[in-house]
Amino acid sequence: MKPPPFSYHDPRTVADAVGLLATLENAKVLAGGQSLMPMLNMRFVLPDHVIDLNRIDGLSYIRDSGDSLDIGAMTRQREIEFSDVVRVRCPLMREAILNVGHRQTRNRGTLGGSLCHLDPSAELVLVAAAMDAVVTIAGRSGERAVAFADFPQAYMTPAVGQDELLTNVQFPLWPAGHGHAFIEFARRHGDFAIASAAALLHEDSSGRIAKASIAVGGVGAAPVRVTEIERAVIGQRASADLFRDACEACRRIDAMEDVHASSSYRQHLAAVLSRRALETAHGRVLKGTSR
Amino acid sequence: MSEMRRIAVTVNGRHHDADVDVRLTLADFLRHQLNLTGTHVGCEHGVCGACTILIDGRSARSCLMLAVQTDGRAITTVEGIAPGPGQMHPLQEAFRENHGLQCGFCTPGMLTTLIEFLRDNPDPTEDDVRIAISGNLCRCTGYQGIVAAVLDAAKRMKAERAA
Repeated sequence: MKPPPFSYHDPRTVADAVGLLATLENAKVLAGGQSLMPMLNMRFVLPDHVIDLNRIDGLSYIRDSGDSLDIGAMTRQREIEFSDVVRVRCPLMREAILNVGHRQTRNRGTLGGSLCHLDPSAELVLVAAAMDAVVTIAGRSGERAVAFADFPQAYMTPAVGQDELLTNVQFPLWPAGHGHAFIEFARRHGDFAIASAAALLHEDSSGRIAKASIAVGGVGAAPVRVTEIERAVIGQRASADLFRDACEACRRIDAMEDVHASSSYRQHLAAVLSRRALETAHGRVLKGTSR
Repeated sequence: MSEMRRIAVTVNGRHHDADVDVRLTLADFLRHQLNLTGTHVGCEHGVCGACTILIDGRSARSCLMLAVQTDGRAITTVEGIAPGPGQMHPLQEAFRENHGLQCGFCTPGMLTTLIEFLRDNPDPTEDDVRIAISGNLCRCTGYQGIVAAVLDAAKRMKAERAA
């Protein structure tokens, strides 16, 4: 048998799951299984207990509360892909999700699982960073809210305690008419990206950029919000020169290096993808196709 | 240490009550306990797509699920897609006629993936098809025959519905 021996638990409520996490030593939480199962099959992880969340009701939903979208942690990536609310209200997420794995993995993979696995190249992680998502984490003493900027503690390490569970992700929505773009560079469709960029732009009636968010994935140990670019473009009118110059800031990001790409190549990709994402987002503002 | 659980699962329309080790993958349960060896196991970590099955009509990689998780669910494997004994699904016919397979290792995963795809998307473009099979590796055909087979199958299934 591929996975190592473990005890299996399938609680029916969040409270029961948190109770198990608080009492069991060396437990792993199983959501969609698209990351944990490969790690179990390869015995990269050797948990004594697996706590399966798939029998808990009430953690799968997409709710539009007017100025934000709340998405349950166990919402399948497929539900996000085919959601009209997401397509209309949160087009960045819609564009990103089409790059998440494949149909077979999106049918099982969940939003919460992706965020907690926290792969530096993961598309939904980048969207959460770009949108200033707020995650709800349940523990024995109740719930706490964590801004996504404080969520990654280190490489693939989320700010979720051993006895805690991510339950909800809130995505503050951008004004109608905003521009968006998600772009990634991967060797094959569906692969984890070597680098990726997400851009959101809101321009006022005079054509000046009123609000901007730009984040790059696959470059640092966690998604990087390139605030230097944001500061450089806010208050300005969009132009190719403005975007190109501002995106040079990506060459100063502390970038990872591995067998796929050197750190300088990742910095270069970040600069190019950021510029393209900003240009696409601006083009969508002009076309009004973003909503 | 071996922890067992009893599950009740429907596979290809047939009900099974089975005792499974909780760490048994769905792929190994299908192959070793139910002797349904049509589901192929390639990489066993969710990359190759050969072990794709349908769970409640949705495609999933059976190497990335535990058998115990299928309690109360309905599974379709490649053995269950033909309309009856001695018959083939139009998708299988199209694979045969368009050279959609050579060694056949990837075929069960291709077929189950594409059953769901053609149900969701009955009139696909070639690009749609290529994206749909992007999670299934084939080392024989270069994919050309597979893409041709899917486009042909879509036509056949459309004609069947019209008839």
